[in-house]
Parts: sequence; C-alpha cells; structure tokens
Amino acid sequence: MQSTSRDFKDNARAALANQTLQKAMKHVKTGFIDKRAKARDRLPEFDDLRDASRDIKDHTLANLDFYLERYEEKVIASGGQVHWAPTAEDARKTVLDICRRVDARVVTKGKSMISEEIALNQAMEEAGLDVVETDLGEYIIQLRKEPPSHIIAPAVHLTKEQVEADFRHHHRELPPERPLSEPLQLVAEARQMLRRRFLEADVGITGANFLVAETGTSIIVTNEGNGDLTQTLPRVHIVVASLEKVVPNLEDVSTILRVLARSATGQEFSSYTTFSTGPRRPDDPDGPEEYHVILLDNGRSNMLGGQFQDMLRCIRCGACMNHCPVYHAVGGHAYGWVYPGPMGAVLTPNLIGVDEAGHLPNASTFCGRCEAVCPMRIPLPKMMRHWREREFERHLSPTAVRAGLAVWAFFARRPKLYHVAMGLQARLLGYFGRASGRFDALPFARGWTKHRDFPAPEGRTFQQLWAEKQSGKAPR
Amino acid sequence: MPEGRPRVGLFVTCLVDMMRPSVGFAAVKLLESAGCSVEVPQAQTCCGQPAYNSGDRADTRALAEQTIKAFQGFDYVVAPSGSCAAMIKEHYPTLFDTDPEWKDRAEDLAGRTWELVSFLTDLRGMTAVDSRFAGKVTYHDSCSGLRELGIQAQPRQLLQTIPGVELTEMVERDVCCGFGGTFCVKYADISNKIVTAKTDHILASGADTLLAGDLGCLMNMAGKLQRRGAAIEVRHVAEVLADMTDQPAIGQPARRRA
Repeated sequence: MQSTSRDFKDNARAALANQTLQKAMKHVKTGFIDKRAKARDRLPEFDDLRDASRDIKDHTLANLDFYLERYEEKVIASGGQVHWAPTAEDARKTVLDICRRVDARVVTKGKSMISEEIALNQAMEEAGLDVVETDLGEYIIQLRKEPPSHIIAPAVHLTKEQVEADFRHHHRELPPERPLSEPLQLVAEARQMLRRRFLEADVGITGANFLVAETGTSIIVTNEGNGDLTQTLPRVHIVVASLEKVVPNLEDVSTILRVLARSATGQEFSSYTTFSTGPRRPDDPDGPEEYHVILLDNGRSNMLGGQFQDMLRCIRCGACMNHCPVYHAVGGHAYGWVYPGPMGAVLTPNLIGVDEAGHLPNASTFCGRCEAVCPMRIPLPKMMRHWREREFERHLSPTAVRAGLAVWAFFARRPKLYHVAMGLQARLLGYFGRASGRFDALPFARGWTKHRDFPAPEGRTFQQLWAEKQSGKAPR
Repeated sequence: MPEGRPRVGLFVTCLVDMMRPSVGFAAVKLLESAGCSVEVPQAQTCCGQPAYNSGDRADTRALAEQTIKAFQGFDYVVAPSGSCAAMIKEHYPTLFDTDPEWKDRAEDLAGRTWELVSFLTDLRGMTAVDSRFAGKVTYHDSCSGLRELGIQAQPRQLLQTIPGVELTEMVERDVCCGFGGTFCVKYADISNKIVTAKTDHILASGADTLLAGDLGCLMNMAGKLQRRGAAIEVRHVAEVLADMTDQPAIGQPARRRA
C-alpha cells in the first residue's frame, strides 16, 4: 500500500471536515471503551493476566529463533509447509506461486492485517485472480476499494447508510426495492453474497493471531465464522503471519486469549477461536489438501534487541486506538498507511521508515491512555518519544520547531537570564492583556489563538514577587 | 519522614512562574498549613518537557541536571503540576542510563518529588482544608498526574471538605483535553477537535467553575471556553483549596480598583 503518512496534517484536516466520518467515529469513542471497561471489571485477575501475557511474549522474543524453528518442524511434521519471507515482495511471490501451481481462479480471504501490509490483494488481482474478502468489514471496504481504518474493525469509519448505498450499487442482481436500512439486513445480504464464493474458492487465505511452537498450530480469533469457511472449504489453505505471532505452547495461548477479546471488543471470548494444524488427514471429514504458512519478517527482526522490541508483543487488539483521542478525532485513514493509532505510530516508522512516517509519533498528546489499556503493557508513548529523538538527531524535525526550541533552551539553561526575560514577557503581555484578561490573537502563537484565546499573565513572575516578599521579611 | 518541619523546595513550574504566580502563592500557603517550611530556589526554570517531548535529549539532560542541583538538600520537592512532577519523578532517572553518578542523583530527587495535592493528602495526611470558596465545581483529571502519579481521588477529597463546594462530575473527566504541550500548536486542528469535545462535557456538567491541577491544561480549556463565549470560571485547584481566589479567574480581566 502506498503510504500517505507524509500528508498526515492534510489527511487530518480533511478528516476533521468530513461530517459523515465524524458521525461514524462517535461509535468508536463510546462502544469499545465501555465494553472493555466492563469486561475488565468482571475479571479481578485482569491486570495479573496482562503481566503474564507480557512475560510470555518477552520470553518468546528473547528466544525467537528457537521457537520459530520448533514451530517450523511441527508444521512440517503435520504435513504442512513453511515459507520464510524476508520481505513483502517475497511473501507476495510465494502466495502467487502457490496459486499458480494449483491453478487457482477464486481466492477467499479471512481478515488479515499482514495481507494489508504486503498489499496482497492488489498483487493477486493483477495476476488475474478473483479475490474475495469474507470478513464483513473487509468485504465492505473491498467494494469501496479502501484500506481498513482500524485493525479489528476495518469499516468503522463508515455509517450504515454508506454501507447500504454500497450494497445497492454493487449487488445489482438483487431486487432494488429490498429493505436494507437495518444492520441485520446488511449482514444477511453480505452472507448471501459470500456463501457462493466460499464454495467456489480454490485457495483460502487467513492471517493468524497465534502460531504455536509446541504443536505447529495456527490460530485465528473471529466473530463471524468466515475465517473457518475460508480455511476449511478450499483445496489450499495459506496462512500469512509475521514472525512475532509465535508463542511457545497452548498454555500461553490460553493466557493471552483471556486478555485479547476483553481488550478488543469487551467479549470474554470471541465467537470463534479456530485451531489449524496441517492439512486434512486421511480420516478427516474435511479440510484443505495443502496447508502453507508464510512467515513474514518485513523489518521485524531489526526491531529485536533495540528500542522498539517491546512493540513486537502487540497482539493487534486495537485497544490503543479505541482509547486514543487523536484517533477519535481523525480516524484511521489519516495515518496514511496500514496501521493507525498509537500502535501504528510506533510500528509504521519501523516498517516504512521514519522519514516517511515521522508525523505519526509526533501526533500524540502523550496522554498515556494507550499504554494504560494495552493488554501487553507496551510503553507506546515512550517509544513514540524514541522516534522523536531519532528525528531530532537526524535533523528531520521541522526547522521552526528546532529554532524555537533552541531559543527557549538557551534561556531555560541560564536561570538568571531566564528570570529577567520571563519578567519582561510577563510584564509586557500582562500590560496589554490586562483590560480584557486574554488575547484573541497573538502573532507568535497563531497555532494557539486560531482556535482559542490566550490568557493574559498576571503581570509579574512568581520569582519576582517571591524575591520581593523575602526581602520585605529580611531584618533591616 | 523528617522530624519537625520538613523543608520543602517549591518547583514553581515555568507556566505558574510566568502566567499565574498566584498559584505559586496558593501552593506555599497550603504547604505551610501542612506544617512545612517552603523555599524557592532561584536556579530553577523549567523541568525540560518541551525539549524531552521534542526529542532533544541534550537540552533535556542539561535542564534535568540544573533542576537536580537546584533542589539538592531539600526534604521534599513539590510542584503544583502533575505533569512537571511526573517528569522529575518518572522520567529524570531514565535520562541517565549510562551515567551511574547522575542516575543516583536523579533517583534521589525523584524519590523526594511530589505533586502538590497528593503531597498534602498522601504524605502530610491532610484531610480537610479551610476555604470559603463557594461554587458548583467540575474537576478535570490531567493526564500525567492521573496516569503516571495516580492522582484522582485526592483533589476531590479535599474539595469536598469545603462547605460551599458542590462537585459535579463531567463525562470523560479522565480524557485528555488536547493540550499536550507543543502538540496543541503543532497539530492545532486536532487539538481543537479534542478541546472542543472536552469543553462540551464541561458545559454539560452544569458547573460554574472548572478546576484542574495543571496550568497548561487549564489555559487550553479556559482559552477554548472563552472563545466559545462561555462564562464558566477556570482556576487551578490550589487557589480554591488555599482560599486564594481574589485574582480574576484564568483569562478574566483584572478587576477595576475601587
């Protein structure tokens, strides 16, 4: 996917002016947050489980090579194949090679952010394949030719009226007078349209929430059941997953599952948690003839052992963006690439470069709500600050910001001079602002006064007044 | 706890120093009523957050060293700001990972540093204040104080001991106001969206006074409320707790002398 992260400010401005988007975003702000809070409150050991989940991933990441090799052995032992893909290009090529070899025409897909990351649909469509997204949200945005705006709710930026209009436009074979204004009617129609495609599919592609080293199992967590139909009905099942999805054993999966759905949707458990181990065995009633896992690196191994390793603990629950005031304000598309919100602000510069995605870690108030809700206790603000440090070191931060900072720091590092300067500034602003108490425009603070008044200072600094008070107290 | 009257160094904060010295005097009064002797080192300026959050490690470290030196020898260091206190308490020690000597000094300071209201309640055991303030008050939880220092109950406990105060909570009281230091000018439009939502909630609360513990957030919310023409008064919580509300509220005109 072509990034527009450089244009974050313009994207944000457009998003703020988009009334339909703003209406759709109201649901994010309330629904997800309340549900997560209730789910957490019902589970007294929730925070302990967060600690345990963090520890599991930290241990795995410290021994990643070991667990990945074990995982590969087990996949092979169960009759599947593992394809190591250092880059997005390698991953796309592997998928296309498999599709070509099995003479595939129709490919169904379960929801996968890795597929978005490697722009798989585009590559498959260019190769002449008929690609069908089967997750409802992904199906909608595929019709609209849009990227997802949220990692677990890809169409959360849309209102149901927009979806109705899309369905009427694309499902021309259905009677035009059919009722379609209720969410249930929309779901039923999508199901009706997709059912046929599941049966036609030659290859099914899913992502993975976990890869289990102990058993060679890939696990998906879904609510619609589309993932199960995607991976069991076609002749070939391809799992596309990134390296850090591996965990040592099923016990670890059980622990992390307890925080995953609660953090994501507030459910205790998703409707479907599906385990896939290898292709169909001789006695199995159904299942694919071939089972492939494409293990994507795409820059992640560079994060090991560095300032951003903790980000590899992420389980893609979306809690950080659900709780982010900036995400609420602008929605996911403004971030300009695959991963939005706080997790995207940390991950995206790792994957496409801070030159390209430098705005994302800067567009945060550091309110800390993302870290406070992260089930894997990822220190997201801290890592955003690390990106700002790298930008500063490489002189990537805007010249005006650097210049302003330099002047301010010059004074702040010289207390005597600083107090004189602040005294003058307080006096000056206090004098002019005294009558009204505030300024509605200030030449050096336009970013502030564009939207709000600037309060006038009282006129003297605390240090000045304190010094006078102390000298008044002194013995004569 | 040290015997007798603990010596407290007041970390004024750059915003209180420049914009609203009355908050500093309110802090002094509260600290003295809690049995402390208060001093104000002149060698302090700013905690360094503007540099720290802009990725400028060299200036951050220089300001941290300056602050550490300025507050040597005090029993406690108290700031009328959750954000600046958290900077000293939570972030200073991380600046010196490769310098054990300075790291020790940073940790020593971090261990002595407190946000004002939580210092009064949690360390000095203050359970009530003597204030004649009267009003219907709503309280905004500033992010750093709330999430880095756990300040939420303390200011409300003390406010509720003022007979004239009626506390009315806004919805999303613990959600960011959109200030974020330099964020509010670097991403002015997004900041505006967030503070617009915040001021909607403040107005819906029916309060006549908005309080919080951080001047940056207060200036942001006051500026937006006033731009929207709202009459609600905005003050730092210390002014109300110390019964020092003679100064016009933030952004209000100076009273005419009789």
